[in-house]
Amino acid sequence: MLKTEGISYSIGRKQILDDINISFQPGEFTMILGPNGSGKSTFLKIFSGEIHHYKGAVYYNGIAITNFRKEELARKRAVLSQHADLGFPLSVAEVIMMGRYPHFTFSPNKKDISICEDVIEQMDLIDFRERNYLTLSGGEKQRVQFARILAQIWEKPAEGNRYLFLDEPLNSLDLNYQQSFLKLSAAFSKAGTVLVAIMHDINLALKYATRILFMKEGRLVYETEPAGVTPPMIKNIFNVDATIIRPSNDLPPVVIYQ
Amino acid sequence: MITAIAFGAVSILPAEMLSSLKHFFGGQKPANIYEAVFIQLRLPRVILCAITGAILAVSGVLMQGLFRNPIVEPGLIGTSSGAAFGAAFVFVMAAKWPPELKSQIGPFLTPLFAFMGALLATYVVYILARNARRVSIISLLLVGIAINAVGLSGTGFMSYIARDPQARSITFWNLGTLSGANWLQVAIVGTVAAVMFIISFRYSKQLNALLLGEEEASYLGVDTERIKRRVMVLNTAMVSVATAFVGVISFVGLIVPHILRLLIGSDNKRLLPASMIAGAVLLVLADMCARLLLAPAEIPIGIITCVHYFIKTLQPFTTKRGIRCLKPKVFPIQLGGNRS
Repeated sequence: MLKTEGISYSIGRKQILDDINISFQPGEFTMILGPNGSGKSTFLKIFSGEIHHYKGAVYYNGIAITNFRKEELARKRAVLSQHADLGFPLSVAEVIMMGRYPHFTFSPNKKDISICEDVIEQMDLIDFRERNYLTLSGGEKQRVQFARILAQIWEKPAEGNRYLFLDEPLNSLDLNYQQSFLKLSAAFSKAGTVLVAIMHDINLALKYATRILFMKEGRLVYETEPAGVTPPMIKNIFNVDATIIRPSNDLPPVVIYQ
Repeated sequence: MITAIAFGAVSILPAEMLSSLKHFFGGQKPANIYEAVFIQLRLPRVILCAITGAILAVSGVLMQGLFRNPIVEPGLIGTSSGAAFGAAFVFVMAAKWPPELKSQIGPFLTPLFAFMGALLATYVVYILARNARRVSIISLLLVGIAINAVGLSGTGFMSYIARDPQARSITFWNLGTLSGANWLQVAIVGTVAAVMFIISFRYSKQLNALLLGEEEASYLGVDTERIKRRVMVLNTAMVSVATAFVGVISFVGLIVPHILRLLIGSDNKRLLPASMIAGAVLLVLADMCARLLLAPAEIPIGIITCVHYFIKTLQPFTTKRGIRCLKPKVFPIQLGGNRS
């Protein structure tokens, strides 16, 4: 499990995050929502280990993040960031193999190669394997990056959990891949992964998340299960009037905006 | 290689090369003038040339990877212009120095100052670009350009106050020259190159990860600050030693990685060794042209590499119908990768 204690962070005089205490359990699919500039990405970068010099502490399974070596952490924690991109020609298979970098020293072994094959198949990328990454469309690039992240933590570590953090994973994806990304992520979380995603679409959050966090102005405002999201919450966080329709059958609730 | 050794102001036959090598390793004196030219002039020159080409190309790959930008050259962080200034300083100022000092250091005076100039310039770039324990790539680029400008104007000033022959020396040095090659230089540059190449190849995985961006590389477990520092040190060590002996040779470090990327992709595991070989071959060929085109005189090798670069860059723009400037189908330089 992942736990943050009293996380505060500021740049100059601007307070970006203010005293965030929360824990994430394996098996939960937590989604963080909030307006632009509410500190979601900064919070994710802090508990991913990318930003240092903050106040407070982050624990992975009870061990402070500062006690991990970077490579050790990279073997069980993968992050899909918003700006992953390349300036040089590399094949799709080569980009995905980068996900295995924390696991081998010089050359990939048989297991690394077979994991990449599995991921390529799972992500529907077989026809793209030898394509130059630079020639792909935005959505295709996002799929390759996601495949790279999954390859990084494809198998369970000998001890402890896996951690998967996604910062706006659905950027430039079509409807079909939005759904399949979230389904695949949910399957990962059920298999014992601590899963946190930053999202913008409340309806997708209501359908796939098991827990929703709302952030505003660097503070954690609400923590709720999807059924507990109400129009006043949405009004308070986003300043948008909304109605929530709850179908009587098994379908998830739907938010419509006024 | 052998062709390159054979041709020159004095042509040497393969049989003479063999007998020369036999005499050399047998501890005997060269039998005739051809063997002497071969063993004392031509062979060290071609080898030094190959090593220098390899160094420049490998360093080009390292720097382009570090800056995530395919139009970066080894000299970007001040190394070459610092060396140029150091050399210019010696050409102009050494005339006034006591002769005892000069006779002691002798032929190493220019390389020594060039080397120190290169180190100093790069160190200044590094210190200025460093900010709160982090080295920002954008600052590195900007400070590098600024220090290059300072080096250039310093060299310009030296040329200005120089007497004519000194100014000519400065110009020649800035265009690169391999005519002074000897075995001692080969040994020094070769040793440095061998060590640095082995270390560079060990970093190919980390350099690949860096292509994704610093943040992503760090999520893959790469210590990005450490790799940036190490790549800078490697690059400076290689380029300053090579430049100190042969002067400034531009564009090899730019064009070789570039052509190879189009051919074999950007995986540094292949790109680094391939650039090493291709850089060596390209510079040996360029040096051969430099020796032969105006034989028995020589053209500075930097001119040949510049012309070659010009041709290579224009190639995609030209078709059978002539030069086509609009809408090139393949543009060899893919811009980007320098996100801030």
